Amino acid sequence: MEPTSQQETAHSSVLTLHVNGTPHTLTLDHRTTLLDALREQVGLTGAKKGCDHGQCGACTVLVDGRRANSCLLLAAAHNGAHVTTVEGLADGERLHPVQQAFVARDALQCGYCTPGQICSAVGMLAEAAEGHPSYVTPPEHPPGAPAALTAHEIRERMSGNLCRCGAYPNIVDAIGEVAT
Amino acid sequence: MTHPPPPLGTPAVRSEARDKVTGAARYAVEHTPPGCAYAVPVPATVARGRVTAVHAEEVLALPGVHAVLSHENAPRLKEPDDPTLAVLQNDRVPHRGWYVALVVADTPENASAAAEALRVEYAAEEHDVRLTADHPGLYTPQEANSEVPAVRERGDFDAAYPAAAVRVDATYTMSALHNHPMEPHASTAWWDDGHLTARDSSQGSTKVRDTLAQVFGLEQGQVTVVSEHVGGGFGSKGTPRPQVVLAAMAARHTGRPVKLALPRRQLAAVVGHRAPTVQRVRLGAGADGVITALAHEVVTQTSTVKEFVEQAAVPARVMYTSPHSRTSHQVVALDVPSPSWMRAPGEASGMYALESAMDELAVATGLDPVELRLRNDPDTEPDSGKPFSSRHLAECLRDGARRFGWDRRDPRPGIRREGDLLLGTGVAAATYPVLISPSAATAHAAPDGTYVIRVNATDIGTGARTVLAQIAADVLGAPLESVRVEIGSSDLPAAPLAGGSSGTASWGWSVHKACALLAERLERYDGVPAEGLTAAADTEPEVAEDSPYARHAFGAQFAEVQADTVTGEVRVRRLLGVYAAGRILNPRTARSQFIGAMAMGIGMALTEESTMDPAFGDFAEHDLASYHVPSCADVPAIEAYWIDEDDPHLNPMGSKGIGEIGIVGTAAAIANAVHHATGARLRDLPLTPDKVLPYLDPAS
Repeated sequence: MEPTSQQETAHSSVLTLHVNGTPHTLTLDHRTTLLDALREQVGLTGAKKGCDHGQCGACTVLVDGRRANSCLLLAAAHNGAHVTTVEGLADGERLHPVQQAFVARDALQCGYCTPGQICSAVGMLAEAAEGHPSYVTPPEHPPGAPAALTAHEIRERMSGNLCRCGAYPNIVDAIGEVAT
Repeated sequence: MTHPPPPLGTPAVRSEARDKVTGAARYAVEHTPPGCAYAVPVPATVARGRVTAVHAEEVLALPGVHAVLSHENAPRLKEPDDPTLAVLQNDRVPHRGWYVALVVADTPENASAAAEALRVEYAAEEHDVRLTADHPGLYTPQEANSEVPAVRERGDFDAAYPAAAVRVDATYTMSALHNHPMEPHASTAWWDDGHLTARDSSQGSTKVRDTLAQVFGLEQGQVTVVSEHVGGGFGSKGTPRPQVVLAAMAARHTGRPVKLALPRRQLAAVVGHRAPTVQRVRLGAGADGVITALAHEVVTQTSTVKEFVEQAAVPARVMYTSPHSRTSHQVVALDVPSPSWMRAPGEASGMYALESAMDELAVATGLDPVELRLRNDPDTEPDSGKPFSSRHLAECLRDGARRFGWDRRDPRPGIRREGDLLLGTGVAAATYPVLISPSAATAHAAPDGTYVIRVNATDIGTGARTVLAQIAADVLGAPLESVRVEIGSSDLPAAPLAGGSSGTASWGWSVHKACALLAERLERYDGVPAEGLTAAADTEPEVAEDSPYARHAFGAQFAEVQADTVTGEVRVRRLLGVYAAGRILNPRTARSQFIGAMAMGIGMALTEESTMDPAFGDFAEHDLASYHVPSCADVPAIEAYWIDEDDPHLNPMGSKGIGEIGIVGTAAAIANAVHHATGARLRDLPLTPDKVLPYLDPAS
């Protein structure tokens, strides 16, 4: 949907966000976070607002392929960015393997942290494949080699996403299933 | 030909799982009606006093601001039953964080900026926010939460205790805790031709509907409250909360739909907390470990707004042989936010203290902690003398001990080292009452062989939609796929909240009854008539009947911990629970409930606390960076098992509640394991490194 008027002011800018492959040209208040732009302007509410302070991870999306807390990003600083939200992970009716594993392992309860967990897991799997080490990666692990995603590694790498329902054991199982 | 498995008792996949993993599930502020405005509340910045000025005019001049509501201009409410909902009605500030104004603007950014800018002046008064065991304001209430008597005495504790061969006298303290569901409390409200509609993040929208109707002077038919998907609650959304009243007020005042999502940092003051407790437990026993005298005396706090008394001494009325017993609660009204329900109110706090004291008694008598509990397993409920409808605590303890490898345990504390780590194991029992409330439901059969169940249940993550469909399919003898369940709107048949581990039993019974009636009617027809066939049920008469039985779920928790002698950090290595909770209706979602509550128990034991700042009169922890909800790395693989109980004295499904018992006893099992690991008996939760480290010797 194109906004009717697109005028920049001292307090707003016109910018384009590519969300799940679709360009959205929006006039946004400079204070608008990427999270609020997605939820209130684009109408995609999959990314959740749990704390608005980057402490809970419920707002996690992929920005240019990397996971990020969208509540900590000012939308105006991301003109032209490619954003993938939980709504953009499935291939038509076919769920992304991480989504499918979350369903199969009951890795969710209330569901509010779930989109963030799933986006975070997708980003994390890519990071591990690219050889990014974590705090618990053994020092002797060869630099750049894909990290083996043990349960210990998954727990460490997923600790930016809180789940108050305590679905962690199932979340770790679900991600482990996809990682192997 | 193979038969499909029976719908009830099988691990059906959560019916809304796909919506939740694709982002299609929408929560309270995720529909934006046209013309919607955004509201942000303004919390008081003094701990006690009066509002003397609200400089609304300054803020009304800011861009996009539609309205500033305060006690000076807010719509007048009829007095609510719950005084915490009487928002913006007068100038009194009963605690820091109490709402004194509400700003409504065209965008979230303008609303937040204006709320931040609003100048409010106060006449501050001296405040008193410190709970102490000898506070002069302490009094004995009539009742504690859940309408239980505040004090119970049996036998002669004062005579029996000094005469006991072995005595334990210990006092346990706990900080306040906060529920902090992942979805902050939020509402979208609008008025349409005198009809108020609210999408609210609530555990029970029938009650929210009734409350809104009452405070705004409307008929119940003039209010609709929808709670379709709810991002957790854990008790904090069990009763209507200020956000829905404020959103409705703002919508009425501005004539626009209004969205109001409470900022996380405001939650600590306005949606309840588990009150801090000081609990003295005295156990007197014979040399054989059999308890002769038991006293559990609880001191806690409430606010000056309302009385809420954490019923922590109640499980001691249920658990163990105790011919001479005193269980009591005292409370003091402080200038603090109002405490409320948090997952297993009473049992979670109380069983931390009682089960820690049992561990101390095991040490004092030289008995194994499992054996001590088996020796004190009563035949009848100690407090009431009633027989238990079922009680398989002993089986839970034995089965858990076997699975955990308890028999290999060396009871000596502080002797297992692994580098810098000290290792230990602990056990505790768990209990939670069987609660039930009346509910209505309808069941409809369509000519195409499908069914629609309607009941205003709420699925806060429990899997209620799924299990209610299973119950219906089971009674109707129909495939699960043929049953559609409509829940989450107050326009549906009235139902109680998702709370007190009573949802499935309460809603399920009415669904069961409606489906049984429908099945009976269907038998009289030759095929379903074109307009379908509907049966309605209300379980008021069944639920009103007194049971001659004491009805509780039981469980046993086992924990293995490591204590780092260099940092003082305690980590849970293993956690295993075995529960006796009636018939388990869906093993997949039930297991998630058990392990989820046990994970919350890890937080209670080790990381979570809300400390009261005496100078500012405020909780110091306002956000998820300072209030430490367990993270993924804090939670090991958790095992949950259950004993198949066949209890005919519960409800037609034979189920007990399972949402809360998982947190009960977990903290005690962990604290007991810390004692076993370190030799230090620490009696103040949470067991943070600063408390543990002074008792640890680094590896030599």
